[in-house]
Amino acid sequence: MKPGMASIRLPERAILGEAFRDTFLKLDPRELIRNPVMFIVEVGSVFASVLFLLSGLSPSPDSPPWFIGSIAIWLWFTVLFANFAEALAEGRGKAQAANLRRARMDTTAKRLLAPERGSRYDVVSSAQLRRDDLVIVEAGDLVPGDGEVIEGIASVDESAITGESAPVIRESGGDRSAVTGGTKILSDWLIVRVTSNPGDSFLDRMISMVENASRQKTPNEISLNIMLSMLTLIFLLVTVTLHVFATFSSGGATSIPLVVLIALLICLIPTTIGGLLSAIGIAGMDRLIQTNVIAMSGRAIEAAGDVDVLMLDKTGTITLGNRQAVAFLPSEGIDAVTLAEAAQFASLTDETPEGRSIVVLAKKQFGIRARELTGQSADFIPFSAGTRMSGVDVDGHRIRKGSLDAVQRFVAAEGGSIPNCVLAAVEQIARSGGTPLVVVDRRLVLGVIHLKDIVKGGIRDRFAAMHRIGIRTVMITGDNPITASAIAAEAGVDDFMAEATPEKKLGMIRELQAGGHLVAMTGDGTNDAPALAQADVAVAMNSGTQAAKEAGNMIDLDSNPTKLLDVVAIGKQMLITRGALTTFSLANDISKYFAIIPAAFASIFPELALLNIMDLHSPQSAVLSAVIFNALIIVALIPLALHGVRYTPATADRLLRRNLLIYGLGGLALPFPCIKLIDLIIQFLGG
Amino acid sequence: MNALQIVVIPFFFIIFTLLSMALGRFMCAVFRRDAGMNARFSGSWERRLLGMIGIRADFEMTWKQYALNLILFNAIGMLVVYTMQRFQSILPMNPFRLPAVRADIALNTAISFVTNTNWQAYAGESTMSRLVQMSGLTVQNFLSAGTGMAVAVALTRGLIRQERTTIGNYWVDLVRSVLFILLPMSICLSMLLVSQGVVQTFASGIEISGIDPQAGNGDPSNGKQVIPLGPVASQVAIKQLGSNGGGYFNSNSAHPFENPTGLSNIIEIMAILLIPGAFCFTFGHLLGAPRQGWILFGSMAILFLPLFFLSAAEERMGNPALARLGVEQSAGNLEGKEVRFGALTSALWASATTATSNGSVNSSHDSCQPLSGMVLLLFMQLGEVVFGGVGSGLYGMLMFAIMAVFIAGLMVGRTPEYLGKKLESFEMKMAALSILIPPSCVLIGTAAACLVPDIRFSLTNPGPHGFSEILYAFSSAANNNGSAFGGLDASRPFLTVTLAVCMILGRYWVILPVLAIAGSLARKKRIPSSSGTLRTDTPLFMLLLVGSILLIGALTFVPALAVGPVIEHLQLTACNRAMP
Repeated sequence: MKPGMASIRLPERAILGEAFRDTFLKLDPRELIRNPVMFIVEVGSVFASVLFLLSGLSPSPDSPPWFIGSIAIWLWFTVLFANFAEALAEGRGKAQAANLRRARMDTTAKRLLAPERGSRYDVVSSAQLRRDDLVIVEAGDLVPGDGEVIEGIASVDESAITGESAPVIRESGGDRSAVTGGTKILSDWLIVRVTSNPGDSFLDRMISMVENASRQKTPNEISLNIMLSMLTLIFLLVTVTLHVFATFSSGGATSIPLVVLIALLICLIPTTIGGLLSAIGIAGMDRLIQTNVIAMSGRAIEAAGDVDVLMLDKTGTITLGNRQAVAFLPSEGIDAVTLAEAAQFASLTDETPEGRSIVVLAKKQFGIRARELTGQSADFIPFSAGTRMSGVDVDGHRIRKGSLDAVQRFVAAEGGSIPNCVLAAVEQIARSGGTPLVVVDRRLVLGVIHLKDIVKGGIRDRFAAMHRIGIRTVMITGDNPITASAIAAEAGVDDFMAEATPEKKLGMIRELQAGGHLVAMTGDGTNDAPALAQADVAVAMNSGTQAAKEAGNMIDLDSNPTKLLDVVAIGKQMLITRGALTTFSLANDISKYFAIIPAAFASIFPELALLNIMDLHSPQSAVLSAVIFNALIIVALIPLALHGVRYTPATADRLLRRNLLIYGLGGLALPFPCIKLIDLIIQFLGG
Repeated sequence: MNALQIVVIPFFFIIFTLLSMALGRFMCAVFRRDAGMNARFSGSWERRLLGMIGIRADFEMTWKQYALNLILFNAIGMLVVYTMQRFQSILPMNPFRLPAVRADIALNTAISFVTNTNWQAYAGESTMSRLVQMSGLTVQNFLSAGTGMAVAVALTRGLIRQERTTIGNYWVDLVRSVLFILLPMSICLSMLLVSQGVVQTFASGIEISGIDPQAGNGDPSNGKQVIPLGPVASQVAIKQLGSNGGGYFNSNSAHPFENPTGLSNIIEIMAILLIPGAFCFTFGHLLGAPRQGWILFGSMAILFLPLFFLSAAEERMGNPALARLGVEQSAGNLEGKEVRFGALTSALWASATTATSNGSVNSSHDSCQPLSGMVLLLFMQLGEVVFGGVGSGLYGMLMFAIMAVFIAGLMVGRTPEYLGKKLESFEMKMAALSILIPPSCVLIGTAAACLVPDIRFSLTNPGPHGFSEILYAFSSAANNNGSAFGGLDASRPFLTVTLAVCMILGRYWVILPVLAIAGSLARKKRIPSSSGTLRTDTPLFMLLLVGSILLIGALTFVPALAVGPVIEHLQLTACNRAMP
C-alpha cells in the first residue's frame, strides 16, 4: 500500500461504526432480495421468530420455546454477519469516495476568450464548463476539470487523486499533457482545453466506481450467483419434501418439528459463500485501489485474472528508463584513461541520464574527478538532431561523442577514418544489445563507450513467475531486433517485438486475440490509444495523455507500468477466493447432515441415532450447534474474504491441488470438531 | 457362493473396458464426417436414406433448429405409438385379440418408449399386440437411443467447433447412430441370444399341461396353460444395447425366453454397459484427446465399482431376518432372484441396469437388501451419468464436468473453461437446469404421490419400504431409467400421468439445455491452453468430477434415502444387534 494512500483513509474505527449501522439497514428485504441465499435466510429467521412467539401457546417437548428462540436468534445472526461482511467491505470504498468527492467540490474557473495567456477571461463555476472550453489555471488554482494542456508548463499537486505528495510536471504536447480536475497548480501556469462535461469527469467516474463496486456484478459473479440460487432452490425443495417423506414413511403419526426443518434448510443452502460473495468482489476492487489502480469496471479486474499475454513496454517496465555507460573500450594505442577523461569532459554539461552515467563511470573506474570548468574557455556543443553528436571544443581539442555514422562523417571531414578495431568494438556492442558511442578528438578516434539498458532488479524472477502460471510476456520496444533480442534474453521475457510502431502493436494484439488469447498492456502516449482500446486489459498511466486514459479500462495513478503484474495477481486472487469459499461452503454440508438428520428424526426413527457419529448431546443441541457453526463460520471467514486467499504464482494444477486440499477437504473435516465443540459448550450451559 | 462367479466379475470388467475402447474408436469413425472406414459404402447408404426423406446431408443446423427437429420427431413418435396402442384391436398382428390399451397407459407407454425410459405400466405379453411391440415399441427403442446418441455427438461438436453457429444435422446423426451402430450390433446380439435359446418366432404360443393345474395364467379348469412366444430376441437385443430396457415379457430378463442361461445373462449385462462406456472413448477420439475420454470413463468406473461392491456384498450376505428364521443364506439373498443367475450376477445386473439408464431387470429389485436397494436408487439419482444411457450418459456427465470445472476453475484464478471453451453465465444456467431438473421431478413427484390419500393401497408395503417403492418409481422415471422396484401398482392413473410428466421433463429438460450449451460453445473461440489452464485430463480432475457428482447427488437425496432404505436397513439389523 502506498503511504500516501493510507493518509487519505478514514480511521478504521469510523469505518467499523458505519459498517455496524449499515449491517442493520441491509436487513431491508428489498435490498436483500438481490442476494437470494441470504434472502432465504431472512425469511427463515422471520419464520422461526413467529414460531417462537407461538410456541408459548402450545409448548411441545420436541421443540421447547428456548430451543426455537435460540434457533431464531442465530438465524438472525447469520443474516447480520453476512450484512456486516458486505458493509465492512463497502466501508473502505465509501471512505475513499468521500475523500475524492471533497476534491470535486465546485471551483471557479477562468474561462479564456482567446487561446493565449493574457487574453480576457470570464470567471465561471466549474460546473458551467463544457467540452472544448479553454481555461487558464495559475499557481494556487485548482484545475476546474479534466483537460489537455495546450500551452505552458507547471508543477501540479495530484495528491488528491493519487495520494502521492510529490508534485508532477504537466506541459503541452507529448505524453504529459493531461490534467485532472481537482488537482492543484503549485507553480507557473497552464492553458487547458476542457475534455469532459460536468458529471462525466475522471474524478466522477472514479467516485462512482469506488462507490458502486457492490452494485455491478462481474460476469463470474453472475454465473456463481446462478449456481448458488439453483442450489438454494433445490435445497428448499429437499426440505419441504422431507416433511412429506418423513410423515409418510413413519406412517403419518408424527413428523419433524418445523423449526428443525428451517434450521436444516439454512444449514444446507450455501450461506457461507452466499453471505461473503459480494464482500469478496468489493474487497478485490479495494485491493486494486490500494495499489493505486482504478479499474473502470469490475469486468476489467476479472479479465485481468484471465489474461494470458502481457505486452510490456521495454522502457520503464523492463529496463530502467535510460541507458547507462558500462565500459570504455579504447582504440588501439589509446590509454583507457585518456578515453575516459575525454568522454567525461565531453559529457560534463550533458544533463541526459546517459551523459551523467558516463561521468559517473569515469569517476568510478579511474577516479577521474569532474574538472573545474571555471577559467577554461570551453565551448560545449549540445546534442542536435542535425549532427546527432554532442561534445566540447576546448584548447584546440574538438571532442565529439555520438553514433558511429554521425562520428564517421565528422572524422571524415577532419580528414581521418575509423580504425578497424573500433569498428569491431562497435559491432560487438551492438550485437550484445548495447548502444555504442564513439568518442573522437578531431581526427583521432579515442574509442567506444558501451551504453547499456539496465534491466530492473527482480524483474527476471517476476517474468519467471508469470511464465509458470502460463502467462506469456512480450516486450515491446522501438529498438532494432538485435538490441531487442539481447535485452529480451536478459530480462527473461518469452517474446519481443522490435521496431514497434502503434500499427504493429495493434496488429499483434488483434492477431493474439484471434487465436483466443487475452491480452493486457500498459500505455501512456496518444499513439498507444488504439492498442489500449483493443487490449482486453489496458492499464493507462495517469501521467499519460487524455486519449490514452480514455482508451484504457484501468488507470494506474502511480504511472508505474510494472504494476500490470500486480493487477493480474489481484484479478486471480479474487477468483480464487470465490472458488475456494464456494468449495468450502458446499463441503460443509456433509457434516451438517450428520448433525441434523439423526436429530431431526429422533422421535420418529430413533434407529437413525446410529448416524450421530459426533455423539452430540441431544437433538436440540445438535441442531443448534449446526446453526451456530453455520453463522460463526461467516464471521470467521470475513478476514479471508476481505484479504483474499493467499495467492502464490503456481501452475493451475498445483493451485487446484492446494486449494482443493485446504478448502475442499478442510471444508469436509473442519465442521465436525467445531460442531462438537459448540455442542459441548451448549451442554455446559445447560442446553 | 459359486467360485466361478467371483472369477467372472473382474474378467467381465476387463473385457468390458477392452470392448468399450474398440467400439469407442469405431463410433468415432462413424460420427466423423470424413469417416475413414469404408466412407464410400456407408456414405452412399446414408445419402440414399436421407435423400428419401428429403434431407441434405451437408445441411447444418443451429442448436435451435436441431432441437426443434428433435422435439418434433419425438412428438410424432409419441403420437404414432399412442395411436397404435389405442387401435391395436382393429390392427393386424394381434393373435391374442388383445383389446385397445387404456388411454392413460397408452400415453404413459408412448412417452416412456420415446424418451428412452421404457417404464412399463403394463404386462407386455398380455397388453400389447405384436404390431405394437415390433413396429411401435421396438422402432422407438432404436430411435430414442439414436436421439440420445445424436445429442451427445452434437454437444461434442459444440466443444470442438470454433466460431460456428451450427452444431450438425440431427437427421444425419440419428441415421448414423441407428444404421451403422445400433442396427448391426442388434443383429449380432440377437443371433448370440438365439444361440442361447432366446425365442424369435411368430408362433402364437405353446399350450402345455402344467404339473399343478392351478398354476399359470391359463384357464385353470382344464389344467392347460398357454406360454406366449414372439419375436423376442430382436427386441431384447436393442432393449439392452440402446439402454431402453422394456422387455417383451412382463418379467423382463428374468423370463427364461428372454434370458435363458448364465452366458446369455453375462452377454446381456455387457450389452447394457457397452455403448455408454464406449461413448467416453468416442468423445476422446472425436476431440483428438483420448485422455479426456479416459478421464470420463475412469470417473464412471470409480463411481460404479464401490457402489456395486456394496450392493454385491449386501446380496451375498443374505437376509438377516430370514437367517434368524433358520433359512439357509449361504447362497446369498435369493428372494426375488433367478437361481440360474445367483445373487452375485443378479446384483451386477441390477447395478448395471440402474447405473446406465437401461432399466431391464433379471431379478426383483424390491427384494434386494435395503442398502443394495439404496445403491440402485442412488445410481439413478446421480442423474444417470455412471455410464448412463446411450449418449445421454455422456452428455449428462459433461454437464457435471461443466459444474465441476466451474467451481474448480475459479480456484485456479481464471474464468472457468472446459476444453478451451470459456464457461459463462449462460452455460452455467443451462448446466444447472439440466442437472437440477431431474432431482426436482423426483422430489416433487414422490412428495405428491406420498400425499395421495389412498396411495398405500397401491403399495405392497407400508412404512420406509413403501416409501422406497414410490421414490424408486419417480427416480426411475425422471432419470429415464425405466426399471421398476416392483411392489408399486404403477397402472393407477395418478401414477401413469405423473410418471409420464416426469419422463418428459427428465428427458427434454435435459436435452434442451444440453443443445443450448452445444450451440453457445460452438460460437466461442478456443482459448489456447497453458500451464495456467485447469487441466481436465488428470487424475486430480477425475477425483474432482467424482466428488462433484457425489456432492450434488448425495446432498439432494441424503434425507430421502435416510427415511427410506437407510432406516429400513437399520431396523432390519437392529434386531440382530439386540439379540446377538
